[in-house]
Amino acid sequence: MSKFMTWVDERFPLTALWESQWGKYIAPKNFNFWYFFGSLAAFILVLQIVTGIWLAMDYKPDAAKAFGSIEYIMRDVHWGWLIRYMHSTGASMFFVVVYLHMFRGLIYGSYRKPRELTWLFGCVIYLALMAEAFFGYLLPWGQMSYWGAQVIVNLFSTIPGIGEGLAVWIRGDYTISDVTLNRFFAFHVAALPLVLVALVVMHLMALHETGSNNPDGVEIKKQPKDPKTGLPLDGIYSHPYYTVKDIVGVIGFLIVFSAIVFFLPNMGGFFLEANNFIPADPLKTPQEIAPVWYFTPYYAMLRAVPSFLETQVWGVIVMACAVLIFFALPWLDRAPVKSIRYRGRLYKGFLIAFIVSFLILGYLGTVPVTVWGQFADAFPFHGADRATVVSRVLTVVYFAFFLLMPWYSVRDKTRPQPDRVRWP
Amino acid sequence: MSADAAVNTGKRRFLIGATSVVGGIGVIGVAIPFVASLSPSEAARAAGAPVEIDISKIESGMMITVAWRGKPIFVVNRTDAMLATLPKMDSRVADPKSEVPHQPEYCKNENRSSKPNLWVGIGICTHLGCTPTFRPEVAPADLGPDWLGGFFCPCHQSKYDLAGRVFKGVPAPTNLYVPPYRYASDTRVVVGEDPKQA
Repeated sequence: MSKFMTWVDERFPLTALWESQWGKYIAPKNFNFWYFFGSLAAFILVLQIVTGIWLAMDYKPDAAKAFGSIEYIMRDVHWGWLIRYMHSTGASMFFVVVYLHMFRGLIYGSYRKPRELTWLFGCVIYLALMAEAFFGYLLPWGQMSYWGAQVIVNLFSTIPGIGEGLAVWIRGDYTISDVTLNRFFAFHVAALPLVLVALVVMHLMALHETGSNNPDGVEIKKQPKDPKTGLPLDGIYSHPYYTVKDIVGVIGFLIVFSAIVFFLPNMGGFFLEANNFIPADPLKTPQEIAPVWYFTPYYAMLRAVPSFLETQVWGVIVMACAVLIFFALPWLDRAPVKSIRYRGRLYKGFLIAFIVSFLILGYLGTVPVTVWGQFADAFPFHGADRATVVSRVLTVVYFAFFLLMPWYSVRDKTRPQPDRVRWP
Repeated sequence: MSADAAVNTGKRRFLIGATSVVGGIGVIGVAIPFVASLSPSEAARAAGAPVEIDISKIESGMMITVAWRGKPIFVVNRTDAMLATLPKMDSRVADPKSEVPHQPEYCKNENRSSKPNLWVGIGICTHLGCTPTFRPEVAPADLGPDWLGGFFCPCHQSKYDLAGRVFKGVPAPTNLYVPPYRYASDTRVVVGEDPKQA
């Protein structure tokens, strides 16, 4: 075997690649629960690519046949139902895992120097993933596919001047049509998966260049080396230690994932919406158009922003900024420590407010604005929808977490960061 | 060039710059067909092309329906008596001044039309996309004594006046859409095109 590997290594740096990226990659020894989600995201990416290839074998990207071909996959193709439910559940679970992965980055300051580029590549992955999910959601050609795409593409038409032409250019037609379906299929199965895989490679290479952060924010590369092993005092090899840990994570994930695929594939309308079991009808708008759950925090913001100066573009701008502001995070945080373990109450308060706003906005995005009724006449906002006013307040809180960070991250009473990780 | 000759960095930079600029122009040139390819094809354009309607045959007080981009287009030749009902409706409709931009700028007026009598609108109820029916008669039995003529959606009983303005307290939230249109001559209307700028 080693003879064969020598032969390969003289021609292709296989061993060197394996060792630099995983086998001899030195990671802090104190990774906890939150460090499962990076490897899980990679696992789901592979799952989505494999199930997606199988679905593409039976799916027809044709407005007249698309809906029927999904039903064909569900009923007539051997195990088609399983492969499709794995793909649809995988899409939602991808966002669950990515949101938890981003949360990990937030609380332990993984975006801070020197890992800014890892964070930025991650933000681009998040954008690409949203685009991938959006394009994919049109493919079943149900009512919610159709009208969801209609609403999202119409967001671009609110841009003054060029908007209308831009929307026509995106659709390739004057309404969402067969042309649109066909091109979204091309983006979903070819263009964006390639972009995603390339970005993931860059994300990992950048990470393996700087080394991983950890729950204490200790830079193990700055530690003295252990005289026996030659590794930093708190460093261990990824393989076999984190190989084994990540396998445990995958098993735990698969238990949850299988439970959903087999018992709750629609997740009560959150993963697959009821209206999407009705074929797309361009002449009949569903009563409530709501995006899939992973977009709803931003959708709630979009709805909460009133139109003024005779344009609705402000809501679109707010929504876009809410996503793009993650890019600025490495330069907004000026705290002397990285991890939440050594931060003070000020930061923790803002973080909790941010997470709570994100969750409540996410809920409000799934329900009509009338859900909580209207304020009584006596109030300053008499007659306004309660949910709309709450969404506006929470949108301000969401942005305050980022925009006030240069101020509160400095004022916060932090505790000194230790030289060694806390372990066990 | 001998190996020890001094490197002419200025020349090198110029050549790299010139090659990059020429190459960049080439990339832009090649990108043009790819970007343009995404705009609607000739078939899609033809299907979405403006339609020209002969309005001389529409009797006073009557409506015809034509199709444009797969949507029903209502064309009503309103009588002066019908136009006279519109100011009376101002208090009963939700958006009397057509503030919601569901019409081109040149139709944002009391009649929601570019010439007073002829009304052009998209016959899709803004509630759930049904096609309303044209009910020009005054005070029919089923719509009550207050009815002055307008559009009635059979699906969920939304009501619009003779300018497509939605009544208060009906399921539909907004006025009927008015498509862009222009007069090609006194008797011909082109739906799907704005008036040519004078």
